[in-house]
Amino acid sequence: MVQIGIFIVLLLLGYGFGRWTEYRHYQQLLIRERDSLPLPVTNLKTPPHGNFHKAYLVSGNVVVSVDYFKRILAALRNVFGGRVVSYETLLDRARREAILRMKEQAVQSGADMIYNIRVETASISKTSSRRDSVGAVEILAYGTALVESK
Amino acid sequence: MILTNLESVPGREIAEHYGLVHGNTIRAKHIGRDFMAGLKNIFGGELKGYTELLSESRQEAIDRMIQQASAMGANAIINIRFSTSSIAQGAAELYAYGTAVRLV
Repeated sequence: MVQIGIFIVLLLLGYGFGRWTEYRHYQQLLIRERDSLPLPVTNLKTPPHGNFHKAYLVSGNVVVSVDYFKRILAALRNVFGGRVVSYETLLDRARREAILRMKEQAVQSGADMIYNIRVETASISKTSSRRDSVGAVEILAYGTALVESK
Repeated sequence: MILTNLESVPGREIAEHYGLVHGNTIRAKHIGRDFMAGLKNIFGGELKGYTELLSESRQEAIDRMIQQASAMGANAIINIRFSTSSIAQGAAELYAYGTAVRLV
């Protein structure tokens, strides 16, 4: 009985806090993405013609964890199959956040554009035991920031 | 040391190629951080401690790569790639590699 109680409390906490943080994060992402829009970002390999006097690496990373409610939802999905929507939004948010961090780093150092962006996803701390396993995903975005000589 | 992940350094010419250079580091988690991560597993959200840990470790891998390149006499590393793998329970390997070159 107590265990069921704990389970329900965790589920509700996960649902409440998870929803709240997701909503807040999406609002924040929209604003920051609009602010960093002037900086061109591509994953082309060949740099454009022009005079560049500086090229350097910029990167942004983020490690996110999924909340309890979504984890249970995903576990149920494992039974029935289909799209795991709850994880889709998590990874979408994380990826946008990592790219934004990279862009913000580039803007701060006075870059004019970022070329050859790579986005990498790694699941960290996979544990064999399902209990107390920390399910977390790291997203890393990196690219080359170029500064045009004026 | 100029670092890029392009195949050249824009506006500069490559004088000499030195071949592959790489650096790696393996990091284990911290108990304090793991506790916080356990809480975050209920509420969801970013694990700031891990984000910092991984970015510090990645910097270390880059530093090792730079060391190797400067020992060869290179002044730039091009076409840099990163890779991350979780090798054992609670430990992650961060790996950086690229081509060391000397620019004119």
